[in-house]
Amino acid sequence: MAVKKFVVGLFDDEAVLFPAVKKVRTAGYKLHDVYTPFPIHGLDHAMGLRETSLHTAGFIYGITGTTTALSFMSWVFNVDWPLNIGGKPHFPLPAFIPITFELTVLFAAVGMVMTFCYLCQLMPGVKKHIFHPRQTDDKFVMVIELTEKTNAEEVKTFLAAAGAQDINEQKAEAGWWFGRYDKDDEPYLRKIQTAANA
Amino acid sequence: MHLKYESTLREPLVDGVKDYHQVTEDIISPIEGKPGKLWYVGFFISLTLLGFGAFSVFWQIYFGVGVWNLNKTIGWGWDITNFVWWVGIGHAGTLISAILLLFRQGWRTGVNRAAEAMTIFAVMCAGQFPIIHMGRVWMAFFILPYPNTRGPVWVNFNSPLLWDVFAISTYFTVSLLFWYSGLLPDFATVRDRAKTKLRKLLYGVAAFGWTGSTKHWQRHEALSLVLAGLSTPLVLSVHTIVSFDFATSVIPGWHTTIFPPYFVAGAIFSGFAMVQTLLIITRKILHLEEYITLGHMEAMNKVIVLTGSVVGCAYLTELFMAWYGANPYEFDTFFKYRAAGPLGWSYWIMMTCNVITPQVFWFRKMRRNVAVTFVMSIIVNIGMWFERFVIICTSLYRDYLPSSWSYYRPSWPEVGFYMGTFGLFFTCFFLFAKYFPVIAVAEIKAILKTSGENYKEKMEVYEEESAEKFAHDVAHAH
Repeated sequence: MAVKKFVVGLFDDEAVLFPAVKKVRTAGYKLHDVYTPFPIHGLDHAMGLRETSLHTAGFIYGITGTTTALSFMSWVFNVDWPLNIGGKPHFPLPAFIPITFELTVLFAAVGMVMTFCYLCQLMPGVKKHIFHPRQTDDKFVMVIELTEKTNAEEVKTFLAAAGAQDINEQKAEAGWWFGRYDKDDEPYLRKIQTAANA
Repeated sequence: MHLKYESTLREPLVDGVKDYHQVTEDIISPIEGKPGKLWYVGFFISLTLLGFGAFSVFWQIYFGVGVWNLNKTIGWGWDITNFVWWVGIGHAGTLISAILLLFRQGWRTGVNRAAEAMTIFAVMCAGQFPIIHMGRVWMAFFILPYPNTRGPVWVNFNSPLLWDVFAISTYFTVSLLFWYSGLLPDFATVRDRAKTKLRKLLYGVAAFGWTGSTKHWQRHEALSLVLAGLSTPLVLSVHTIVSFDFATSVIPGWHTTIFPPYFVAGAIFSGFAMVQTLLIITRKILHLEEYITLGHMEAMNKVIVLTGSVVGCAYLTELFMAWYGANPYEFDTFFKYRAAGPLGWSYWIMMTCNVITPQVFWFRKMRRNVAVTFVMSIIVNIGMWFERFVIICTSLYRDYLPSSWSYYRPSWPEVGFYMGTFGLFFTCFFLFAKYFPVIAVAEIKAILKTSGENYKEKMEVYEEESAEKFAHDVAHAH
């Protein structure tokens, strides 16, 4: 977790946002993120993000489910307690298919959702800095991180030229922390307060 | 110009003049206001039913399964009928959210959230029946394969009843995950515009800290697509396995290979009918007529008439096979004790409600008529309840030994239990309609610029243009 400085610009229209993203990348500014109220197809490519490997993870979880189901059932029927059920075979593959299929789906789905939550740091009680309250409503919020080399004023003029509105500078915690959304606390503000009280 | 283009010949999916913010306002503001009088009345009735159901179940557990009118001949009655009925209803939600996502049907966005919620509540209701039916419910955990101190004695993996345990619990879990992962962004929308502290806290917890980052959306899209891909065979497998409960037995009328597709079609049929019932009320009370349009209802009515006809074909095939198969027991079951005999009336209710009446939906005027759709949706659900009753009871009440032939009517705890699941279902649905975004806000915004009425009007200019010019403009737009 680290406190960083950002320049934030709002966009109304995805048709303006796309060229702006391109301009930011060619200009060489550090694009922290773009927050949108709904998925915009192609924005990830425009920002230069790599494809997610969540599918592959899902496949691995799925085959784990398949092997778990098949090996567990055959272990029970052949090794742990071989029981004669109406003279049927001890490895009745057709009869194993329904449970094997269900466990494949179950493992893949549960595993993928948990991986998704882990990768995106999603959990009840997790709090993150919201750059603009309307980023989940109707605005596309572009956030550029300020490094030692970037001039804040320069970035602001640049964003304005690209079509952004409500441009402002924010100092915020870039990662996540445990917190409540009904309280306006951020970890770095807490530190400042304790320092002032002491 | 927008990136995607949809012909103006297609009906808009969102009516009226909308922008992104208006969509949020329309769908989220009912959560922030006080519920109306109708909501309180409905909620109170549901709670009363739920209470009565709980009392009926208590009665059955306290005095034993003998308080039900099941007997030696008819071991499965209302309980299993209701189980199959509720599970069937649960199928429409996943069909809408998963299969229609893979088929890229835009109209699913207006109805998927409520339909998935309905799925989850219906499966919750369904699960009660087999568990309470066990008699000694406190031993229900014996159906799970866990290392126990009795050997360990394992469950029988050859048994279709055990397959059912896995199928229903997997179905419930996956539907819940799919539904909730779709809800995260919408909870974040409610959280970020919340005025009261309590709402900020609760929706903040429910949204898991969602921000709308592009990387997160990319993963979210991948997750939805794979979950849809997994749910599609899952939804087909669940009712297939439910039908195996019957088809793998040797009872005339159950022992048929037609059961899996016939059950799946019936499940979709009754599920869509229940979605119609709920959405017609919801759109009226929450004023969502611009999001759940007549076009949405028409599309669902088309599914109803298709699956209803598939079910009708299956009924006729069963009759044909009973005659052509030259098995005297099967012939008697179908022609003497199903279509005729003391329970014959239930067969004809089923035929009328499922096969004959849904044919009105061949007419466009009827498909787009709200009152007709509402009445039909209830008729279909009555018919589908009788279908399960017919399959179960008319096969059992005349068995191989005429001295054990019997008749069956439910006792009050059986009826009360059924009423109680209605209470549970509607209590959950009323809470959902009040505290959850009933329409997937983010998904509606994603299709707004291609399928919203006010945006489609702008497209008329491009309709006049040549295809080459349009393609050229899109390619050089950015």
